[in-house]
Amino acid sequence: MAGREAGAVNSWTMVKFSEDKLKKVDEIVARYPAGKQKSAVIPVLHLAQEEFGGWLSVDAMDYVAGLLKLEPIEVYEVATFYSMLNTKPVGRFVFEVCQTGPCMVRGCDDIIAHIKQRLGIEVGETTPDGLFTLRTVECLGACGYAPMMQLGKYFREHLTPEKVDAIIKECREKAAINN
Amino acid sequence: MGKKLLLEKANVQGIRGYDVYRREGGYASVEKALRNMTPDQVTEEVKKSGLRGRGGAGFPTGMKWSFLAKPEGIPRYLVCNADESEPGTFKDRYLMEFLPHLLIEGLIVSSYALGSKSTYIYIRGEYAWIPEILEQAIAEAKAGGWLGKNILGTGFDCEIYVHTGAGAYICGEETALIESLEGKRGNPRIKPPFPAVKGVWDCPTVVNNVETLAAVVPIINNGGEAYSKIGIGKSTGTKLISACGNINKPGVYEIEMTISVEEFIYSDEYCGGIAGGKRLKACIPGGSSVPILPANLLLKTAKGETRLMNYESLSDGGFAKGSMMGSGGFIVLDEDQCVVRHTLTLARFYRHESCGQCSPCREGTGWMEKILRNIENGKGKKSDIDLLWDIQRKIEGNTICPLGDAAAWPVAAAIRHFRDEFEWHVDNPKECLVRNYGLAHYADPLEAATA
Repeated sequence: MAGREAGAVNSWTMVKFSEDKLKKVDEIVARYPAGKQKSAVIPVLHLAQEEFGGWLSVDAMDYVAGLLKLEPIEVYEVATFYSMLNTKPVGRFVFEVCQTGPCMVRGCDDIIAHIKQRLGIEVGETTPDGLFTLRTVECLGACGYAPMMQLGKYFREHLTPEKVDAIIKECREKAAINN
Repeated sequence: MGKKLLLEKANVQGIRGYDVYRREGGYASVEKALRNMTPDQVTEEVKKSGLRGRGGAGFPTGMKWSFLAKPEGIPRYLVCNADESEPGTFKDRYLMEFLPHLLIEGLIVSSYALGSKSTYIYIRGEYAWIPEILEQAIAEAKAGGWLGKNILGTGFDCEIYVHTGAGAYICGEETALIESLEGKRGNPRIKPPFPAVKGVWDCPTVVNNVETLAAVVPIINNGGEAYSKIGIGKSTGTKLISACGNINKPGVYEIEMTISVEEFIYSDEYCGGIAGGKRLKACIPGGSSVPILPANLLLKTAKGETRLMNYESLSDGGFAKGSMMGSGGFIVLDEDQCVVRHTLTLARFYRHESCGQCSPCREGTGWMEKILRNIENGKGKKSDIDLLWDIQRKIEGNTICPLGDAAAWPVAAAIRHFRDEFEWHVDNPKECLVRNYGLAHYADPLEAATA
């Protein structure tokens, strides 16, 4: 798999939680009865994804397996089941636009078309500068505030083309500051 | 104004925080239950209230609780289902975001009734900012002495933990949720054994929806009997409805289940009518899985009676001429919406969310999406409509969990009530790409439509 090759020989040294994050892992594991640390796999994969660039390489998954004393396959099968867990690289800002019925009747198709045009990419693609990924997703539970998308931790609701432009600008500014 | 039990205090400034919540009478039900009632008495009150599960199935909550096995020496668990993912449904999100302490209070009382010392809130991963809100409420409740060891000196210990999912509709199904909580793929289990006997980590488990558990608070505060007197028939208490689609005022409303569908859609207290002054075409009254109803069958039942917003009335007429209360996800379509396209988005949703365990669902949802896509894009044949009907029939009832049924019903209902619109797509392959079918005859008054 791509993750392992890209990581080269000593890639595991890069895939390592900070002391703070390790403490957080312990906290998560402590929520479940002794010996049931497998339950922590999804919350810990969320942490890993946050920490290791927005996606889960094979190295990252193997690292999580080691932390939780699981077989690597137990982590892979979870990571490939849930749609929020990315097993391929993504852009720094992932636009996840809802396209299910209630958003469709409020015009999500126009919003998706607008984003495609503005970013010059198709659904599922990432801009060449690695900043933006556009994705369509199924119902996120914001039907009354449609059309909407998820951007990182938060929902952006009542979208209009103008709002989308402002969000793109906001992301570019954020990227410029942090670089 | 209808009676409000859950959202009564939703607009009080600062209600999200502990101090204001407590000042407004919060945690009284914990005090009452733990000090003055036995766990069985709490369950008895919930039974008396007639409360039915608010996640979609509508199963009596008190009865579900009484099924919980209580073998000696084995822990029991209460799990709160906050995996709200049914298209059209966003009521639990509202409760958790704005009234987190109400849920925590309900969870403590319910945990006491069931003997759960570790209670989990399984929340969908996309609600990524809500766990912090809940965790803060839990910490505040703990600091206030409502959680932890020996609560109120009664000897009852309880902790509440938040567990995040990662994007899977199927985990709203209780056995899939349990699998996911155990750190596995969300594949539903074969029942029996039921979770009440063998649930999370093979221990007896009760899984209840957020709104259900929040409703336990007013039930204990005012008594089960008082709760049962609100509403009508077996639809007791109040229900949260999340209204969306082509209406003027989308949002979450708490209703008494005695109001009519017409009042809910058109009154300013609720949806405020159809947006842009357009006409009502159809509605899915209980989340995407329940049958769509054309306007004429929505406002009045087939018998010509006023249809009410409750379990019995919404399902009056069965699947042929009725629908279901479901989760309370109320999706309204105006005269310009295309039923074929809308059904396609739902079919795509179910294809995406099928866990893949059972062939009828895994394969059937994919075929339904493909056929609907063809019809929507002017590439359908008349025989495709019958093929669709045939596929949905072969999914329904042939799968481990109800996702198969949930995928089949919207397609069946769309064909049942809007077959002419599907045929129009086939007959007008070019026109259907540029304009919608509109209302056809379905917005006519019932008398005219049936004359």
